[in-house]
Amino acid sequence: MDRFLADELTADEVRHIAALTRLGLTDDEIETMRGQLSSILKVFESLQQVDTEGVEPTGHTTEVRTVLRADSAQESLEREGILKNAPDSEAGYVKVRPILG
Amino acid sequence: MVNAGSELTGITAHEAQDLLSSGQVSSVELTEAVLKRVEEIEPQVHSYITVTQDRALDAARAADEARADGKAEGPLAGIPVMVKDNLSTEGVATTAGSRMLLGYTPPYDAYVVEQFRSGGAVIVGKGNLDEFAMGSSTEHSAFGATRNPWDTDRVPGGSSGGPAAGVAANECFVSLGSDTGGSIRQPAALCGIVGMKPTYGLVSRYGLIAFGSSLDQIGPFSRDVRDAADTLSVISGHDKRDSTSLDTPAQDFTSSLTGDISGMKLGVPREYLVDGMESGVKAAFEKSLETLEGLGATLEEVSLPLTDQALAVYYIIAPSEASANLARYDGFKYGNAVNDVPTAWDVMDQTREQGFGAEVKRRILIGAYALSAGYYDAYYKKAQQVRTLIRQEFAATFENFDALVTPTSPTVAFKAGDRMDDPVAMYLSDVCTIPVNIAGLPAISVPGGISEDLPVGLQFIGPQMGDGTVLRVAHAYEQATEWHRLKPGI
Repeated sequence: MDRFLADELTADEVRHIAALTRLGLTDDEIETMRGQLSSILKVFESLQQVDTEGVEPTGHTTEVRTVLRADSAQESLEREGILKNAPDSEAGYVKVRPILG
Repeated sequence: MVNAGSELTGITAHEAQDLLSSGQVSSVELTEAVLKRVEEIEPQVHSYITVTQDRALDAARAADEARADGKAEGPLAGIPVMVKDNLSTEGVATTAGSRMLLGYTPPYDAYVVEQFRSGGAVIVGKGNLDEFAMGSSTEHSAFGATRNPWDTDRVPGGSSGGPAAGVAANECFVSLGSDTGGSIRQPAALCGIVGMKPTYGLVSRYGLIAFGSSLDQIGPFSRDVRDAADTLSVISGHDKRDSTSLDTPAQDFTSSLTGDISGMKLGVPREYLVDGMESGVKAAFEKSLETLEGLGATLEEVSLPLTDQALAVYYIIAPSEASANLARYDGFKYGNAVNDVPTAWDVMDQTREQGFGAEVKRRILIGAYALSAGYYDAYYKKAQQVRTLIRQEFAATFENFDALVTPTSPTVAFKAGDRMDDPVAMYLSDVCTIPVNIAGLPAISVPGGISEDLPVGLQFIGPQMGDGTVLRVAHAYEQATEWHRLKPGI
């Protein structure tokens, strides 16, 4: 653990999570969020009182199995209906900016 | 002929179905009456984000023709309904209450929308919600807040405030919401109507815009329990396109409504009578317990100590899942993009900065933090382990009880603006409903009294797949009381 859980978040920590989640927050937002997120994290402290030694985590409350469908061609959604929602498209594809180089 | 005023729009769906099948009213007349009511009342209530008047009238004409051909089948044939605007509707804008999805038109229908259409329901429009279903007051909608029909200075609850207020204000007969931590039951309680969250997996989430995938479940709002049972029968069933859809045969929930609960054992969990519960809510609850005893049920106090941890578990797991689910809004595939910036990274940063509201940003940040290196074990994994213990605590309790009975919300509808600057106070609105989602259980809220001239909700919780049981208990209680007949004066 990097730090005691009850500590207040720092502005740099909020900036770091904002960068991870691609949220271009303003400085004012960073400061508001810092206070609010810290008060939310305080609510989570009570969990540390619960003994969970050896307890399996629950991801889903019902049994979820991977089900494979038959390996046969099926109709899919119309390309046109999907592309008309994209901000930019070309030649039947969604067009995006380069992210390398 | 029945007058097409608020009297006609205020009856239950099954009463409207009786009028349709006896030929006293047509679906077109019913739909016109609802559209007129919507036009009159929307400036005060704002239940709808989008009203699809022409489509509704087309669907109503088709329903009348089907009936004339002897093909009208099912409880919702020809009945005007609303669906929450996080349910995908082919060719009709679906916003999830967010600027992020402005301009987005789904190329397909959600499973429940398909079920509504094939059952002949007349979809009047899309109901308002807190952005991406994150909130308890419907004040976090990018398209303006919904107000409570009982007092328009107050909130309708949330996040499904539009679908709840719409049923309460006679703007539709039945509606669909989604419930991740109470988003159907809490607004049902605050608006004085019936709202049900089914067992996780009973209703397919295909086409529901995802918030917390292991918690989200779609369910009905209605004016009585019979309509909730009828609607659940229409929307439940196995769907291969949702990998968590339970592979169970279609069920007729209406047959669960026997009216008899004598000999049933009901647990009253003491932890749900939380600090800060209003005295009027507590008094109404105690009176409801007497009513249930009068019906021959055996009531016994029970303790579920881990209830106190449910809020923390929920506000780690739901935002963690949300931070992953909302990563898809990057400005490239759909919706409202900011493109006048230099790089792909700037498109993402600025699209998300401008497209998401404050509550959504808060939850994305909390979720990403709980999942991040160094904190994963302390927050996310810990919450999932406590989730296991909460499930086990419920399972052990249901070995001794048929259902649990609790208040739905610790307070009546609160004033608009009161909790907007204090996220933790807003989160506490759902303290009685959240444990149910953590364990994937079915639960229903029914009108259970009045306090300060506002409705109070009564919640029944059942074991997994005990949907019929909670409907049966709720129905027997409702039939023994008059609370569900009270209407807002609007």
